[in-house]
Amino acid sequence: MSVSPSLIGRTYPPSAPYEVGREKIREFADAANDPNPVYWDPNAARTLGYPDVIAPPTFAIVLTLQAGRQVINDPELDIDYSRVVHGEQRFVHARPIHAGDTLQVVVSIDELRTAAGNDLITTRSDVRTVDGEDVLTAFSTIVVRGPER
Amino acid sequence: MTAVGEKLPAQDFPITRADLVRYAGASGDFNPIHWNERFATSVGLPNVIAHGMFTMASAIRVVTDWTGDPGAVLEYGVRFTRPVVVPDPEGAVLRVEGSVREVREDGTLDIDLTASVDGKTVLAKARVVVRSSPTP
Repeated sequence: MSVSPSLIGRTYPPSAPYEVGREKIREFADAANDPNPVYWDPNAARTLGYPDVIAPPTFAIVLTLQAGRQVINDPELDIDYSRVVHGEQRFVHARPIHAGDTLQVVVSIDELRTAAGNDLITTRSDVRTVDGEDVLTAFSTIVVRGPER
Repeated sequence: MTAVGEKLPAQDFPITRADLVRYAGASGDFNPIHWNERFATSVGLPNVIAHGMFTMASAIRVVTDWTGDPGAVLEYGVRFTRPVVVPDPEGAVLRVEGSVREVREDGTLDIDLTASVDGKTVLAKARVVVRSSPTP
């Protein structure tokens, strides 16, 4: 990979709308072994003031991982995916995702740097409803390991 | 009333290979380093490793079980410092502890998490910001 600072700020086309369903939220919560009733029971969620079951705080990875493939596969970045590891992850929520949301992701390159022979790429994924309401922003840093020394 | 330095109840999360297979399916991350021992060792790993995002999803339970309302999590960030190796059939045990670093004027809490396996840190800079007021 060649890190070209000119790629910072590059923004990719919005992902196809993603319809958040109750069963997908339950499947994700189940995979995280998380029995919190707010993920499972619409009445429990409504008691806390939410319109329907809400998604766990890291659920958005389902959408942002997919959308982030545009960056991984960008020929101008020339990333060797077999050398990629996940370095950092951060979610900043305007509100929790809930069942019934229809969401789109816009991914952009937030930061590019080289450290200890590795290339670090930070992407920013803005997740909004199709009506334009901000739901969350996810920052993900991947490390492309340099050649063994 | 929550005070700076207050400890959240620590939790131990056992992780087995089956957990990683289920998480792969739920998250859509089918990278074979998370389920295929032959592949993982061929790329220089000691064994299959957990998805960093699985570790992250497990660790936040120390906060969400404490608050009861996962929707109160405004920010959650981590740095993945060491892979969580998950041999079959033994698995691994993730230990997560949390403490309140700051109580802001509006009641919002800054919480630090530590996550370790066999005493070795696997997440660094694991920070959570939680809204303390009831849901609007």
